[in-house]
Amino acid sequence: MEFLGVGPLTWVTFLPILGMIVILVIPRENVGGIKWTAAGVTFLQLVLALVLFVRFNPSLAGINTQEGMQYVEKARWIDVQGISWFGRIRIEYFLGVDGLSMPMVILTALISFVAVFSSWNIGKALKGYMAMLLLLDTGMMGVFVALDFFLFYVFWELMLLPMYFLIGIWGGPRREYAAIKFFLYTLLGSVLMLLAMIALYFSVTIPDGTTGEKIHTFSMLAMMNPANFEPGSLLAGAGTHLRSLAYLALFIGFAIKVPIFPFHTWLPDAHVEAPTAISVILAGVLLKMGTYGLLRISYPIFPELAQKYSFALGILAFINIVYGALCAMAQKDFKKLIAYSSVSHMGIVLLGMAALNTQGMLGAVFQMFNHGTITAMLFLIVGVIYDRAHTRDLDAFGGLALTMPKYTGLMTVAFFAALGLPGLSGFISEAFSFLGAFQVDQLRIITIASTLGIILTAAYMLWTLQRVFLGNPNDKWSALPDVNGREIFTLAPLAVIALGLGIYPSLMLNVMTSSLNHLVDIVSRGGSMMAMLP
Amino acid sequence: MTHELLIGLSTGILLLPLLGFVILIFFSKRIPRQGDWLETSLLFAALAGSFTVLWMKLAFFHDETIQATFTWLSFGNVPGLGPMQLDLGIMVDNLAAIMLVVVTLVSSLVHLFSIGYMHDDVRYGRYFSYLGIFTFSMLGIVLTNNFWMMYVSWELVGLSSYLLIGHWFEKKSASDAAKKAFIVNRVGDVGMFTGILILFANFHTFGFEAIFGAIRAGNIPFGSEAWLTAAGILVFCGAVGKSAQFPLHVWLPDAMEGPTPVSALIHAATMVAAGVYLVARTFAMMTADALLVIAYIGAITAFIAATIAIAQNDIKKVLAYSTVSQLGYMVMGLGVGAYTAGFFHLVTHAMFKAGLFLGSGSVIHAMHHALHHTDDHHTDPQDIWEMGGLKSKMPVTFWTFIVFTLAISGVPFTSGFLSKDEILSGTLAFGRLTGHWIIPVVGFFVAGLTAFYMFRLVIVAFLGQPRDAHRLEAIHESPAVMTIPLVVFAVFSFFAFYSLNPFGAAEGWFYHAIERPASVVPGSVAAASAEKFEEALGQVHGTGMLLSLSMATIGIALAFATYYWKKIDADAVARALKPVHMFLRGKWYFDELYEATAVRGTIALARAYAWFDNAVIDGVVNGVARWTLGITRGTKETWEEGNVGAMVYLVVAAVVSLYAGWTSGSSFFPAGGGVGKMIEYGAAGTAVAALTMFLFYVGAGGFDNKIVDGLVNLVAYVAGLFGLVSRKLQTGRVQTYLAFALIGVMVLFLYFK
Repeated sequence: MEFLGVGPLTWVTFLPILGMIVILVIPRENVGGIKWTAAGVTFLQLVLALVLFVRFNPSLAGINTQEGMQYVEKARWIDVQGISWFGRIRIEYFLGVDGLSMPMVILTALISFVAVFSSWNIGKALKGYMAMLLLLDTGMMGVFVALDFFLFYVFWELMLLPMYFLIGIWGGPRREYAAIKFFLYTLLGSVLMLLAMIALYFSVTIPDGTTGEKIHTFSMLAMMNPANFEPGSLLAGAGTHLRSLAYLALFIGFAIKVPIFPFHTWLPDAHVEAPTAISVILAGVLLKMGTYGLLRISYPIFPELAQKYSFALGILAFINIVYGALCAMAQKDFKKLIAYSSVSHMGIVLLGMAALNTQGMLGAVFQMFNHGTITAMLFLIVGVIYDRAHTRDLDAFGGLALTMPKYTGLMTVAFFAALGLPGLSGFISEAFSFLGAFQVDQLRIITIASTLGIILTAAYMLWTLQRVFLGNPNDKWSALPDVNGREIFTLAPLAVIALGLGIYPSLMLNVMTSSLNHLVDIVSRGGSMMAMLP
Repeated sequence: MTHELLIGLSTGILLLPLLGFVILIFFSKRIPRQGDWLETSLLFAALAGSFTVLWMKLAFFHDETIQATFTWLSFGNVPGLGPMQLDLGIMVDNLAAIMLVVVTLVSSLVHLFSIGYMHDDVRYGRYFSYLGIFTFSMLGIVLTNNFWMMYVSWELVGLSSYLLIGHWFEKKSASDAAKKAFIVNRVGDVGMFTGILILFANFHTFGFEAIFGAIRAGNIPFGSEAWLTAAGILVFCGAVGKSAQFPLHVWLPDAMEGPTPVSALIHAATMVAAGVYLVARTFAMMTADALLVIAYIGAITAFIAATIAIAQNDIKKVLAYSTVSQLGYMVMGLGVGAYTAGFFHLVTHAMFKAGLFLGSGSVIHAMHHALHHTDDHHTDPQDIWEMGGLKSKMPVTFWTFIVFTLAISGVPFTSGFLSKDEILSGTLAFGRLTGHWIIPVVGFFVAGLTAFYMFRLVIVAFLGQPRDAHRLEAIHESPAVMTIPLVVFAVFSFFAFYSLNPFGAAEGWFYHAIERPASVVPGSVAAASAEKFEEALGQVHGTGMLLSLSMATIGIALAFATYYWKKIDADAVARALKPVHMFLRGKWYFDELYEATAVRGTIALARAYAWFDNAVIDGVVNGVARWTLGITRGTKETWEEGNVGAMVYLVVAAVVSLYAGWTSGSSFFPAGGGVGKMIEYGAAGTAVAALTMFLFYVGAGGFDNKIVDGLVNLVAYVAGLFGLVSRKLQTGRVQTYLAFALIGVMVLFLYFK
């Protein structure tokens, strides 16, 4: 599937950068050109991602074997030889997808496309905005396709900068505060991740293909094989003190992104201040990078610790679910409420991950995808109303169902999807996460306690729905126009996906099962390795 | 006659209403008459199909269970368990076939009635589309052969109920009621979901047959009978929510905010009976303890609701509490082991209660028009004391209403007599077998109450003196589209459709078709077997019938004595028993109790958490940042180089101490050896560095006393990093960051080598 000698994953990752370059040469007055370039590029990216999805071979497991990865691209990127005190540095340009990353690739392309259209009315410095948005797109996509840890880290950091500017320049009144908070918080996580990454680098060696010389590597796949750890190196063995430290460092790095309680407070601020499209991306894609990192890196590289700390993760999942839901209930700002609902819904991902079995993992990854689409809808919905009324105060509305019936229809789908109504996609992933976690003895009580979140979510969602849409129409808003064609164009596909995957989830689950079963297997073997130790 | 035909027909019946929903939700405005004819004729087609299915099932496959499954999704090759998949499917047994007819019959007649009742509604097309999705979901519950589809349909029924209760969402009370119904139901649903989790965790399937088979083979959940009982009770929680059983019954009376035909269809005949159906479906896996809980919940519900119904004046509220009470009867019947009777009561009740609601709809419709006619916008058209004397003006409504009332009171020759009598005799047999005599006592007492409050309603609304003669003049009988359904329901309220013997249902086709399923639970925890139960029933049946007749007679006589002949002064009684009257009038204050505890408690907790999140968790985050800014500024005053200098100092100091610790080992710390200790040295070294800077800063005099507390060393390091970046945000921040990151990488390389 190469085009111009470059593989499809490179295209899907770097197309937005190409678009960015084009936009940078378009004069700033040519607003239409800038917008349509961004739209065209993200559309191409989406089409390409869909082609990859359709041609994806669901029987290949991936995770820790290069043969199981699809659309692999591998090239030497940085190769520095003979620096006396740390030997040879080799970093590879190593891309590939498996059942874990494929849904995320689709999600990223889809959400980016939607984000461009929901940015249509950005008035301020549109050129810079679109350029940043596309750069962000590349960063996100790169994170999901990179198989070299260093490359992963580069993309991870790459995404940080445009995000900072997008919030800091195009955001709401407290944008600078929110942007700095977001940036610093994530940076703190990155530093910890960097630490763990370098420790891994110096522990793992693989024989060079030509010379047979043992060299250090950043390849995630190599790190997943316990045999590659040099005996006596920092992270050799299983369940050691240092491995625990490295695992926890990685965990905090990813936890900030998810975000896991108590590292979540950047999220409501960032969401409230960010422009609509950026909130959509933030909730739709960025949060998934945290859980994706845990599944892609932490779990298969430290399987015994994934097992050891699964109970703790379960507790955190419970806190996220219930605490997030309760915090959401108390909010008066529509957007902040949705932000906290994300904390709650990401808790369900964590619960499924803590289960470490097939249903749980499927639930978790599927929930990542579904939360991405559903929460994107919710933020778009808030954006629609904010564009018109210039307020997000929940108590300021009422009776919008009468003045904006189409909008209310789309909103109803989104709200019920978010509260896990059967027939819509959120239910399947939520139910699977619970099914998975309940099978694990030590998580049983936590799972039962977490079902409280199901009730709380229904309560705050319906309460919000009632306050904004039902009741007597508020005269102040009687002139609000219903959703326009562009807005329907951004919302309707997401609604269709939520409905389609709710009825026939196999469309997405089929892609995931082999990989996730394999991941479950790796982790359980790793756990038994730990059990064999004295 | 083949299985395929039967399954195909059932699938068609299931999908017809869905088709109507899809068409109407998108296109109702473009179809003539907003598509009411379309949705209604689809339903009548489904009704015809359902009768065919029932006839085929009973005539050709009387004792078979016909199923069809398909693989919905595959879990692949699950580690440790092998290939696993989820099969879903539909199942037609006698229970399902009868229920199919009940649902489509009530639904189609309610569709017909709605054409008259809702004809000038603002969202007429929307209303019919919602009826469509409701009927689809309800049929899903009926036809499923597994817990997954049961739960899915269960929640979809909840959704349609939400949409229909909130049909007039402009009214705050309507949207409140809709929300309350959904959330209260969700509480029950979560219990049911947990029960399903227990079953799936053990059996890795959702199929009824597979699960019951596994339990029969002695494979009980987590190897414990307590878990089996728990699973049963938790699944029953779903029924507690949907069938409005105590303590989750509070949503149903409020649900009367919906249009009255909806009350008839959803909140009287079908959806609320789904809980009873669920218990019947899962009856085989219920242990004796679980059934005892079910019986008591049913009895308590029947009692509480009946006492409340006595003191209500709103015609729909009386009927609503009556519904709750009768649902309690059904649940109690199943709980005591009178399986067939419980389900039988579901069917008979569906007919006469749907009739009662449609009758009340007819009355409200007439009242509404009369009030409109007399230009009266203050009188409540649902208050029975505002009616009176309607008999002469609305003969069809009146006479059918009488039939329904006789049936619900358990008067001979009605269907209600047959089913209620069987349940009450069943409770007696249960008392005999287990010694729980309180259940039959409650059962018979409630029978008397039922007769009393129903005749109170009929006498006050239809027979008594009209409240306002002028208004009565304006009352007119409803159109045929509304009275025909009433007549049909009235016809179905006679005994002959269920058993040719008016005094015993046991010989009728219904009792032959519906047999109590054999329990699959281990013998030690199973309830008394069907044979033992039948034996006990035989001994008490005569007594049961006598008692039930006497209770009905007493109830009816008291109602006439009080409200017709006025021999008893109701107001005087109410005054004499003021606290009791207030208590019943106030619906036992359940709403107030839940409002004060669950609702306010949750909101208070939510506010407290939101405060905690903002003030404490985010406070720490912001505090760290502010403090850092303070430190770096304070240091800057002393150091020309500013914060970068401070950071360089910090990093250098950290690296030096770390190196010192690492290389010389024992000179600073006790010799530990091994790389594991290096991290400790590193942490200590960093702490030393941070402390140095901290002391330096204190010395510089820029210290804010308020912020001083623990965690000084650790936080200072992290904070220093923050400070560096935050100070450099405006000017060349990125370069600084990258430079710093590079230095960090170098240091780390060095360190980990």
